[in-house]
Amino acid sequence: MRSLLRRSTLLRHGLFFLALAAILGALTWFVFDPFTEYNVAGVAIYAISAAGLTVLTGLNGQVSLGHGALMMIGAYTTSVLLQWHPDLPLILMLFASIATTGVAGAIIGIAGARLRGPYLAGATLSLAVALPQVPTHFASLFGGNQGISVPTPVPPDALAAVTPQQWFTWICLAAAVITFFLLANLVRSATGRRLQMVRDNEVAARLAGVDVARTQVLAFVISAICAGLAGSLFAYWITLTSPTGFTLTLSLSLLTVVVIGGLGSLTGAVLGSFIIVYLPVWTGGFASSANLPSNVANNVPLAIYGIVLIAAILVFPRGIAGGVASISRAVATTFRSRRQTSTLPASPAPPAQ
Amino acid sequence: MRLFTIYTVDGVVNGMVYAAVALALVMIWRATRIVNYAQGAMAMFTTYIALVVIQHGVWYWFAFVIALAAGLVLGALTERVLVRPVESRPPLNAVILSLGVLILLEAVAPMLFGGQTQSFPAPFSRIDITTGSTQLYVSPFDLFSVGAVLVAMVLLFLVFQRTTLGLRMRAAAFNPEISRILGIRVGRMLTLGWGLAALLGALAGVLAAPAIFLYSNNMDEVLVFGFTGAIIGGLDSPIGAVIGALGVGLVLSYVSGYIGSDLAPLGGLVMLIAVLMVRPQGLFTFGRQRQV
Repeated sequence: MRSLLRRSTLLRHGLFFLALAAILGALTWFVFDPFTEYNVAGVAIYAISAAGLTVLTGLNGQVSLGHGALMMIGAYTTSVLLQWHPDLPLILMLFASIATTGVAGAIIGIAGARLRGPYLAGATLSLAVALPQVPTHFASLFGGNQGISVPTPVPPDALAAVTPQQWFTWICLAAAVITFFLLANLVRSATGRRLQMVRDNEVAARLAGVDVARTQVLAFVISAICAGLAGSLFAYWITLTSPTGFTLTLSLSLLTVVVIGGLGSLTGAVLGSFIIVYLPVWTGGFASSANLPSNVANNVPLAIYGIVLIAAILVFPRGIAGGVASISRAVATTFRSRRQTSTLPASPAPPAQ
Repeated sequence: MRLFTIYTVDGVVNGMVYAAVALALVMIWRATRIVNYAQGAMAMFTTYIALVVIQHGVWYWFAFVIALAAGLVLGALTERVLVRPVESRPPLNAVILSLGVLILLEAVAPMLFGGQTQSFPAPFSRIDITTGSTQLYVSPFDLFSVGAVLVAMVLLFLVFQRTTLGLRMRAAAFNPEISRILGIRVGRMLTLGWGLAALLGALAGVLAAPAIFLYSNNMDEVLVFGFTGAIIGGLDSPIGAVIGALGVGLVLSYVSGYIGSDLAPLGGLVMLIAVLMVRPQGLFTFGRQRQV
């Protein structure tokens, strides 16, 4: 069994993520209060989007400062369709959002495949600023500045004991678990290796027969799909889709999530999402107990993101996940050398991002 | 035709403000191969400092000089304290660092200066000039904005091309190793380069604020449009940055006038993509292409 697990990544990941889904589902059912359920759904949504950005920026090395705009495409797909037909099932909305965002991602990816470094960052930054103003112009279709309200998904009749909040939290968690299962396998697959090869050395990748442009477009489509899925769930989560929900700050927050957690690490994407959702909750509680004026209190989380980003680069360039990994590696090394059974050479430290 | 003239004048005036930001970005890019995403936030911050000074009853021009000086100090400090450690690391580090500075400044500004949007005074009238019966579609403040940016550009050009200091700065950016051997304090030159760039950004902040008002992320769009201009022109070319930024100013003004102001940023995006599809390194980059 152990050797089978070691050999088959698919089996190992499958069992792990099934267990994870069971634990999270049970926690939602037995432990979480409604406020926690709401926040956990938020963590799951951010994590899905951040996981996509991890693949694009962390694995493939393309910087996107416009991922909030991609989430916006997903959210508006869902909201506009629901505005026309409020009875459409949620699962259909998720796939519709995935489809539109995937197409958008392909277009951006193709336009961006020739661009490097700041040129790509500039194009995506421009997208992040331009797109949120489009709904204002086409107000009849997109609801203008007031936005479109989104109905809360109701659990099926068979699950009458489940509150809508629990039902939605389950949906978000299920979506996140499936996304992470697929991405974890992707990272270990040939495609995943190609993504990293293009990031590390484009020339070598090309010499080895990798189609660089195609790989880059693929990375963009994968990360756009994640953003679209997250965006669709985001619309249900905040119940109102309006341009103010998708400002440049959202795009920058997503990049913050990816960096805080550890660039290129899927676990890091989850840790970062946890921080981005819970930090405002904690600082809000602190600010109200310390009686801070609102202009200070409202901006404390933002200030902490800024400080954390700067500190992450200057002190922990590999983020939380990287920090935890190096600590656990250090512990493991000491442990092993004490038992004198170390037969494997120490794995070389991965290059700092 | 009358509308076209109005939009063109508007485009040029805004374009000159974007050009100041674009040029600041290009200066920093050429010196340290880093795009300073915090440029706009730094300009917002120095404009707030100027506003505080003005609110204490001080003469506008004194506050103007203080804003520029604050820009110089802020830019130099940022380079020396934060950017220096990441200069030799992979480029993504610097990107994230400058985004961190951007977020931090936009969070600290409302804490210090209050969260509400404030108006910022202009030193000259913002009403269009009329000579006799002909209206000129341009206000004294517009003329001042264009003139101030032009003067700043000419001064910077002279510093870089005609002084020993400028020569040292160019050498430090061009080849740090050799410059160091020749006795140039490379680190100090880079700090000064960042300071001068941030000064130019601060000028853009003070010039933009009367029209766009002052709040914590008022310069976000100006930064993006300036950056768009710099990319269109090619990040390595100062002239290209100015021309690109003027082009962005004009396109935004036409789109906003003829189609709708909400779609102006989209016009900028389309222009950017169109140019980069043809020339991925910008219009005025004539360097060696990447090749296998």
